[in-house]
Amino acid sequence: MWGSPGLLLTLALHPALAVAPARDYCVLGAGPAGLQMAYFLQRAGRDYTVLERAPGPGSFFARYPRHRKLISINKRYTGRSNAEFNLRHDWNSLLSHDPRLLFKHYSAAYFPDAGDMQRYLGDFAGRLGLRVQYNTTVLHVALDKDRRAWNGHYFVLTDHKGRVYRCRVLLVATGLSVPNRVDFPGSEHLEGYESVSVDPEDFVGQNVLILGRGNAAFETAENILGVTNFIHMLSRSRVRLSWATHYVGDLRAINNGLLDTYQLKSLDGLLESDLTDLAILKDREGKFHVTLKFFVEEAGTNQSADAVTLPQDDSDNFAMRVAYDRVIRCLGWNFDFSIFNESLRLSSGSEFSRKYPLIRASYEAKGSRGLFVLGTASHSVDYRKSAGGFIHGFRYTVRAVHRLLEQRHHGVAWPATQHPITQLTSSVLRRVNEASGLYQMFGVLADVILVQENATAFEYLEEFPTQMLAQLESLTGRRARHGLFVVHMEYGRNFSGPEKDVFFYDRSVGHTEDAWQSNFLHPVIYYYRHLPTEQEVRFRPAQWPLPRPTAIHHIVEDFLTDWTAPVGHVLPLRRFLENCLGTDLRSFYAESCFLFALTRQKLPPFCRQGYLRKQGLASTESLRRHGVESGLMQDHAAAGQHLRDRGQQPGDRRPV
Amino acid sequence: MMCSSFRVFRVGISFVTMCIFYKSAANSLPELSPHEYFSTLQPGKASLAYFCQADSPSTSVFLEGLHEAVRPLQDYGISVAKVNCIKEETSRYCGKDKDLMKAYLFRGNILLREFPTDTLFDENAIVAHVLFALLFNEVKYITTPEDLQSAENALKGKANIVFSYVRAIGTPEHRAVMEAAFVYGTTCQFVLTTEIALLESIGSEEIEYAHLYFFHCKPVLDLTQECRRILMEQPLTTLNIDLFIKTMNAPLLTEVAEDPQHVSTVHFQLGLPLVFIVSQQATYEADKRTAEWVAWRLLGKAGVLLLLRDSLEANIPQHANVVFKRAEKGVPVEFLVLHDVDSIISHVENNVHIEEKQEDGEDDVEGPDIGQAVSMAFLQSYIDVAAKLKGTSTMLLTRINCADWTDVCTKQNVTEFPVVKMYKEGENPVSYAGMLGTEDLLKFIQLNRISYPVNITSIQEAEQYLHGELYKDLLSYSSVSVLGLFSPTMITAKEDFIEAGRALKGYVITGVYSGEDVLILSNKYAVTLPALLLARHKEGRIESIPLANTHAHDIVQLITDASLETFPEITVENLPSYLRLQKPLLMLFSDGSINPQHEKAVLTMVEQKHLDSLTPCWLNLKNTPVGRGILKAYFDTLPPLPLLVVVNLHSGGRVFAFPSDQAITEQNLLSWLKKLEAGLENPITVLPAQDWKPPLPAYDFLSMMDAATLQHPTRKAPECLKDPDVPESVKEHHEDKSAVEREPTETLRIKRWNRSSWFKYAEESLRRDKEL
Repeated sequence: MWGSPGLLLTLALHPALAVAPARDYCVLGAGPAGLQMAYFLQRAGRDYTVLERAPGPGSFFARYPRHRKLISINKRYTGRSNAEFNLRHDWNSLLSHDPRLLFKHYSAAYFPDAGDMQRYLGDFAGRLGLRVQYNTTVLHVALDKDRRAWNGHYFVLTDHKGRVYRCRVLLVATGLSVPNRVDFPGSEHLEGYESVSVDPEDFVGQNVLILGRGNAAFETAENILGVTNFIHMLSRSRVRLSWATHYVGDLRAINNGLLDTYQLKSLDGLLESDLTDLAILKDREGKFHVTLKFFVEEAGTNQSADAVTLPQDDSDNFAMRVAYDRVIRCLGWNFDFSIFNESLRLSSGSEFSRKYPLIRASYEAKGSRGLFVLGTASHSVDYRKSAGGFIHGFRYTVRAVHRLLEQRHHGVAWPATQHPITQLTSSVLRRVNEASGLYQMFGVLADVILVQENATAFEYLEEFPTQMLAQLESLTGRRARHGLFVVHMEYGRNFSGPEKDVFFYDRSVGHTEDAWQSNFLHPVIYYYRHLPTEQEVRFRPAQWPLPRPTAIHHIVEDFLTDWTAPVGHVLPLRRFLENCLGTDLRSFYAESCFLFALTRQKLPPFCRQGYLRKQGLASTESLRRHGVESGLMQDHAAAGQHLRDRGQQPGDRRPV
Repeated sequence: MMCSSFRVFRVGISFVTMCIFYKSAANSLPELSPHEYFSTLQPGKASLAYFCQADSPSTSVFLEGLHEAVRPLQDYGISVAKVNCIKEETSRYCGKDKDLMKAYLFRGNILLREFPTDTLFDENAIVAHVLFALLFNEVKYITTPEDLQSAENALKGKANIVFSYVRAIGTPEHRAVMEAAFVYGTTCQFVLTTEIALLESIGSEEIEYAHLYFFHCKPVLDLTQECRRILMEQPLTTLNIDLFIKTMNAPLLTEVAEDPQHVSTVHFQLGLPLVFIVSQQATYEADKRTAEWVAWRLLGKAGVLLLLRDSLEANIPQHANVVFKRAEKGVPVEFLVLHDVDSIISHVENNVHIEEKQEDGEDDVEGPDIGQAVSMAFLQSYIDVAAKLKGTSTMLLTRINCADWTDVCTKQNVTEFPVVKMYKEGENPVSYAGMLGTEDLLKFIQLNRISYPVNITSIQEAEQYLHGELYKDLLSYSSVSVLGLFSPTMITAKEDFIEAGRALKGYVITGVYSGEDVLILSNKYAVTLPALLLARHKEGRIESIPLANTHAHDIVQLITDASLETFPEITVENLPSYLRLQKPLLMLFSDGSINPQHEKAVLTMVEQKHLDSLTPCWLNLKNTPVGRGILKAYFDTLPPLPLLVVVNLHSGGRVFAFPSDQAITEQNLLSWLKKLEAGLENPITVLPAQDWKPPLPAYDFLSMMDAATLQHPTRKAPECLKDPDVPESVKEHHEDKSAVEREPTETLRIKRWNRSSWFKYAEESLRRDKEL
């Protein structure tokens, strides 16, 4: 379809190509994902440009959502000063070093206005000085093979003025911009979400049928609920409530007024049917009747409402037997494939790949190396699972992509911190208690802890895409030769789903030994003695987000999502880590280390890494007294004459 | 005066401990009888007392607040007490009515004010009210614009004004202002109001918040001129106000002739950017006027400096007339060409981001506790250090809970906890790498009062230094003083030594001398240059060590080794230094001080080189009681002391005991050691060589999950769970059947595994963890 004009263009422009200087990175689209990537490229000092069709950033938000209320929460208060933690509950901000660029400074509304988002994105681009070329509509993207190019080819972009851009890496952040249409007889009578009136006055006293059952459909219904005679909502499958599916893209409580009026029999209603079987007929009064495609086809070319059989002719209690004044289509959005040359192989033509471009878990296109899809368009990786299609999710996946690029093209290894093994428990605890990327992108991004030789130290990598675990070494430039831990967050395996009762009695787990049955989002730590292979990742057991590990630990779910309880959370975690590594990770006072140093040939890691390096932990008089009084420590000062028999072997004695 | 203890705010050195910890232990509120209370009052010292009936409830909102206020008030030298009115003692402060008890503020035994308890509704209100009463002169309370005007007029040419509006007395903002007044009250006049109209009169728009202005009245000499008013843009917290006043008090314009990359001023240290106006001789006057104008406009937003291009060595691009140095550390400076003041201002304003500053108060400890018991344990020591330094030191000790301030800690490169870092004006932060305990940290702080290596300027000074006369007060913290001697031409060698001296700062006193007459010293101490002189003050000895091609790292090692003693008393703190030598320990256990004859015997043997293959040392059980634990491990019963053992830690762990029936003399020792060497002695014990394995097993969740899947592909599903509304009879019948369906017996067994003994398990595991 688009193949031949593309080829012509490429050929025609070829002389110009030779002179067009190549950029390292081209970002398509200055929406949230494009700007987020621009931010990271800018901070890393890379050669990049953002190409944007509109005269300013975030043009999507100028029109959408139609009723202006964003359903991403703007939680301004958490009672905590930890900036990282607060991002767990901030669904609108992009990542930056500038605390002024937090969305809470842009709106006081819990569900903010879309205009504020556009203003925010404008400030984000402006204040950070991101290099965006506005008013540039890229019409065509093709490949130019060149063995010297980073990826074996350049991406050649042509804009509406015929200007050509050659790019070593192409980052597509164009979102989903094409309304999804279903083709059936009468579909020309539909009004689309993108253009339907938002003025309730236009719906007074009308019968309205809405196709779709997503947030846009319910948002539209919510707006006119009070003025219509009734609203019927028709979709292929049952409604998916996000509180039951734990997927923020499903129907949010803020939009579900129609569920209320349906169940309370206020004339509104919900129906399920396959839309492709339908047909809509317009009668002489301009009203719409729902029938089946089958009947229309039977009637041949004569398609007036009066000539075609209606379902109620056969069964007089057919649900949609009333005539509608309007039928509104709210069926979601698709990726705009039209500008990409076929040779980029962004689509395979299958059902799912008509909505989203085909990408890997690393967000790189399956069909062309060096092309990455960011933002909403990259949601195929975690569609209906996590938050990758939304700002509060893709801001982290964009960062992950940037880290991959830094390693691939600039030899900058994935950022990691090195710690002695004695810091292992606290490193894990710290992250599970504050990390926002793990929390928002649960099941998709995970921290990886690479154990170093002899388990004396470890490297800590943050927010790596779990599905790429097998390729960890090449993607990060780090070595995983001595075992690794993967820290991520999960809901209970059978907890989420559109049909699940998430309020069932006894749903919360409190005992540490039942932690594996936790239902709510909780940290799970996988231990692998060896890096899993690609095969192990791909053919992992059903329902497992990761390959079967050597050992697994669940930190029991917590009502406050505060996993710091010494007995309930910390101790079982430390035991798990100790048993994976086969060592003792307890902390000891210098006095105990002193005793061990003179009565044993080997010392526990804490004494080796602290005390022996003259960094022991001295006890204070008050702590010592407390220890002795509570029976936790032996009072050597008082032991004086009362030394007892040696009794046990020294090795079995409790550390004192 | 109580201010003195708080003056630390103004000095350039501060220590920060970055750690993760539990809520701080609550300070206790002493409970006294009226008689006891009045006998504790000291002249000039302020004290807050709450008088209550002995039978009144022991908890109330007010008492909770009072408990919390104990610590902060103590920081200001104000003691707090709860006085129980008892029948035997009558006091006029003991009211009749239980519900009408009051708190009283005394200075010495003079009553300053009485407070109905409902005005002291929480910790902030208590601190704010008490300070407000005490700082009556420092903080002027006004209600009308005229009051403000007359205060302003009175102070023009004399002092600056800190004017603040708070919504009410006793709010957190009011407290923050009062705390600042405590520090700055003697240098600035504080003026406070709660009147919105007054705030409106000076043109504030957002009157729902507290406001603080700095009025620059001191430079105003003409009474008709207005004082320049700068609004503080950050929220009113103690730290913000402190930083704000610091910047306001900093010089308006500084002239420099240094590479901008290396220039630092108080603005920069407070996280503000610097703007350098590049000037040349020819245009100096005009440039200076521009710079002053820019400085006025950027007051509180950036530091402004006049950079004299002519006397500058660093390279500045020809056309650049402004250099911008961002507040972020390590970012290269930007050279700009800007043609007017407005473009300079807008460049700065577009590139500044004001970092949110953390509070350093000791009371706002909250947030996730990452279970860092080590941090918590160390915190106690840190607090002890702070207490010991209180009032004597020019250092500010603060703490940051990294669980709350991750970004701050990350920026400081802090990834392990706890960490102590020292920040000294004009120097790079230094991480403390010593023992996490009061003694060692205190030593480190004290030794850091001066810079190392000390630059010695004359032979006389060198002699004073070597004889411990130069830094007398520091000698107790460093066992040796090291002096590096170099001839003026030995530049590399000297640099290596200076680097070593810096690395050892806080641990050893080092000095350097490289005067023309250095040969006098090298001749006197008979050493060729370059060399080290090592003064052992305790022993009154001065040793010399030649330095030839020794790198900084090796010099550090050399000094570290040299500061070891020949026959030390081994302690918990110093054992690691001696273990480094990797030799068997020849250890004398003594119950108290060492017998001088034994000491002499060992020292003689050391001198005669008989003990070169050993590390001779002794242990005083009085100082190091854990020594008993060691003896317990070596012997079945406690042997008579003193007692001598050889502990072969590094090869085989064998322990030999010197026969207790022999006297510890040179001869006996020598022959015993010979027998040892010949393998003729049997060890009394061999130290165990086990690895430190996990102390207890972990939950095997993998097996539990497997068991569940194997027996029942879909586990516990919500739809078939107990319905609490089902009548009991139905339920019973229903349950028998469904229990089997919904959960396999195996799963149930696992679920209930040890549930009854769970607490026992937890208790046991805690006890096993007896250290922390």
